[in-house]
Amino acid sequence: MSLVLNEEQSYLKDTARDFAKNKTPVSHFRSVRDSENPECFDREIWKEMASLGWSGILIPEEYGGSDFGVAGIGVIFEELGRTLTPSPMFSTAVVCASLIKEAGNEDQKKDYLTKIASGDITLAFALEESSRHSPANLETTAKKDGDSYLINGQKTFVLDGGFADFLIIAAATGKGTSLFIANKDARGIDIKVTPMVDSRNAANITFKDLKLSTSDLIGDENGSDQIIEEVLDISRSVISAEMFGGIQEAFDVTLNYLKERDQFGAKIGSFQALQHRAAIMFSEIELCKSCVLESLTSFDESSNDIPRLASLAKAKIGEVFHLVSNEAVQMHGGIGVTDEYDIGFYLKRARVAEQIFGNVQFHKDRYAELTGY
Amino acid sequence: MSDLNAFRNETRDWLEANCPESMRTPMSQGDVVWGGRKVEFKDPDQKVWMDRMGEKGWTCPTWPKEYGGGGLNFEENKVLQEELMRIKARPALNSFGIWMLGPALLEYGTEEQKMEHIPKIVRGEIRWCQGYSEPGSGSDLASLKTKAEDQGEEYLINGQKVWTSYADECDMIFTLVRTGPLEPKHEGISFLLIDMDQEGVTTKPIKLISGKSPFCETFFDNATAPKENLVGGLNKGWSVAKRLLQFERNMIAGMGFGSAASGSSKKSDTKPTSGLATMAKRYVGEKEDKLNDSGLRNKIIDHDMNSQAFALTLRRAAEESKKSNQGPSAASSIFKYYGTEHNKLRYEIMLEAMGTKALGWDGAEFGPEELAITREWLRTKANSIEGGTSEVQLNVISKRVLELPQ
Repeated sequence: MSLVLNEEQSYLKDTARDFAKNKTPVSHFRSVRDSENPECFDREIWKEMASLGWSGILIPEEYGGSDFGVAGIGVIFEELGRTLTPSPMFSTAVVCASLIKEAGNEDQKKDYLTKIASGDITLAFALEESSRHSPANLETTAKKDGDSYLINGQKTFVLDGGFADFLIIAAATGKGTSLFIANKDARGIDIKVTPMVDSRNAANITFKDLKLSTSDLIGDENGSDQIIEEVLDISRSVISAEMFGGIQEAFDVTLNYLKERDQFGAKIGSFQALQHRAAIMFSEIELCKSCVLESLTSFDESSNDIPRLASLAKAKIGEVFHLVSNEAVQMHGGIGVTDEYDIGFYLKRARVAEQIFGNVQFHKDRYAELTGY
Repeated sequence: MSDLNAFRNETRDWLEANCPESMRTPMSQGDVVWGGRKVEFKDPDQKVWMDRMGEKGWTCPTWPKEYGGGGLNFEENKVLQEELMRIKARPALNSFGIWMLGPALLEYGTEEQKMEHIPKIVRGEIRWCQGYSEPGSGSDLASLKTKAEDQGEEYLINGQKVWTSYADECDMIFTLVRTGPLEPKHEGISFLLIDMDQEGVTTKPIKLISGKSPFCETFFDNATAPKENLVGGLNKGWSVAKRLLQFERNMIAGMGFGSAASGSSKKSDTKPTSGLATMAKRYVGEKEDKLNDSGLRNKIIDHDMNSQAFALTLRRAAEESKKSNQGPSAASSIFKYYGTEHNKLRYEIMLEAMGTKALGWDGAEFGPEELAITREWLRTKANSIEGGTSEVQLNVISKRVLELPQ
C-alpha cells in the first residue's frame, strides 16, 4: 500500500548507496570491463555484497537469509543500478533463489538456499530460446528414462550463464514445464559465452543428452509453469528497480552537464530547447518512481494485481530508460559518444536490461490482456 | 486505529441519516452546486445536502474548526472520502473558494479576513471567481495593468480582467491589481478581494470553441474595495498569487483522476477494466477479446498505463506531503503539465475510436453522450492553457525544480 519506504527499506537503500559510491562507482564497472575478465564481475566485491547479507534478502531465516522481501532487495538494486555495479546477484539471489524457494523441496532449499545466502555459489536460469522473450511453448525437452531425465535443447541469453556454478533449466515435459538443476560441468552441457554490448556475461547453452536424476527435479514434473510466471514477475520488478537507478543517474549526470557546459556565451541549460526536454524527462521519472515502488511492494503485501503492476513497471521504466539514455547522449553532444565518457554505458545497459524477461511491447501487450482487452 | 474505526462508524451513520437519496445518484454537469447569493437549486435536496454538509464543515473537511471547517486530520478525511464514495454521494458543494482562495487565505490571511471569508466559503454563501489574466497579460501574468489606487479608506479599481470563470454568476472576485506602478513588475502587485455587486463591476461572457461560455471578461470602472480586503500585504500579492496557482494547478491536474488518486486497486477483488478500451470496443469491435484495431489498442495501452502511473504518483505525493507535513510543492507543476496533456490525449483517443460519431455538433442523430464528448474534447484544449500553459509549467519545472540556469 505504501509508496514511501519504511525504516528497514530506507536503511538498506542508504547502505547500498554508500556501498555503490565507495566500492563500486562507475569507474569500478569500467575497470572490470577493461580487465577483460570474462566473468564480467569482481569476485571480491561479490563476497562483500554477500557478507552484507544481500544475497540472502529473499531467503527465509531458516536457510540463512533475512527474508526482507522484494522491496528490500529492490531498493538495493536501484542503488546498484545507478553505478552499473556488475554482480551475479540478479541471477543468483533474485531469479534462482526465488525459483528454489517457491518450487524446491526441503533438501534442495537447505542445500542451495543456504549456499546462496552465504555467497558460496552462483546460479543462472536457462529459460529463453529465442531472441525475444517468449516463456511459453519451450522446445527444450526433458524425457524420463527410468530414474533419470534426458535433457535436449538450446537456450540463449542465459544471464551469468557463462560462469555460474549451477544452471536451473526450464524444459517441457509433455504436459507442462519442469525445472531442473545441473552442475555447469556436467557432461552434455555446452556453454558458449556471448559478450554483450553492456559488458555483462550471458551465454548460449546447448544441452545434448544431459542426464539428470530425479533428485535434480525442482518442484513437480509438469508443475512449474505458474511458479515460473510468479518468479518472472518478481525478477521483472527487481530489474525495473535496477533500471530506474540507471535512469536517475543518467538524468542527474546530464542535468549537471547542462549546468556546466558553456556555448554561445551561456550555460546550455539556459536554452529553452533543452530545458523543456529536461522537464519532460523529470515528469516521466516521477511516474516511473511510483510504478517501481508500487510493483516492489505488491509482492510483500500479497496484492492481487502483481502481474499487471510488474508489467506496468517493466514497460514504463523500459520506455523511459530509452528516452533518458538517448537524450543523455544527445545533450552531451560529442563527448556523449566517446568511450572515455561514462554516459554511453547507460545507453548500452538500457537496451540489454529492457530485453530481460520481456521488452516494452511484450509488457504493454500483457498489461492490456490482464485488463481485458 | 480503533478511534478511526469509531469515526468511520459515526460518519457512516451521519451520512446515512443526512444524505438525501437523490444526492446519491449519478449527476451531470448541470447538477454541480456552486453556492453563492445567486444560487438556483434544480432540486431542493441539493440545498438540504449543501446546508447539512456546510454546517458540519465537511464541505472543507480538513480546514480548522474555528473557521467553520471540519477539523479532520489526513486519516479521518480519507475515511470521510471513502464513506462518501461508498454511498456514491454527490459533492455537496464545489467552488473556487474551496479549491483556491480558502487554502491561500488560511496561509496568508489575517485573523479578521479568515473569520470573515472562510465560513462563508464552507457554507456556500459566497461564490468566488478569479481575476488574474488580462488581455495583454496571459503567460506573462506579472505584467498586469489593472490598477488599485489608495483613496484613504478604500481602493479605487480600474482595468479589465479576462478568463474570469463564471464571473456572471459570482459574488466576489479575488484579484491581482497593480498598487505599485513604479516598482519592478513582480513587486508592485497586490492581492485584493472585490465585491462584484457594485456598479463599477460588469461582466461579459466569452463564447468558446465548444460553444459554451464558462468564462467572462470582467471590467472595473471606478470600482471600490475596502482597505481590509488586501491579502498578504501591500505589493506582496505575487507570493499569494503563486501559492494560489499551485492550488489551482493541483485542482486542474486532478480532474478526471479524483477517485483513482485516493483509491487503490490493491485489496479489491474486482477485475481491472479499461474505460477507454470498453468504449472503443463498442465502436471498432473485437477479435479474440482484443480490440480490433491494433494501432488504437496500442494508444489505449499507453494511455491506461500512464493513467495508473499518474494516479499512483498523485497518491505518492499525498503520502509524502503527509509525512513531511507540507502543502503542494513545486512538484504540483508536474501534475498540471502531465495531467492536462494526458487528459487532452484521452479525448483524442476517444475521437479516434468513435470516428464521425464524435464529430457531430447537434441534433438527434447523435447520442447525447456522443455530443457531450465532442464538446468536452474541445473544452480540454483549454486545460493546458488555463492556470499557466504547459510551456509555462515546463519553465517552472526547469527553473524551480531542476534549478537550470536562467
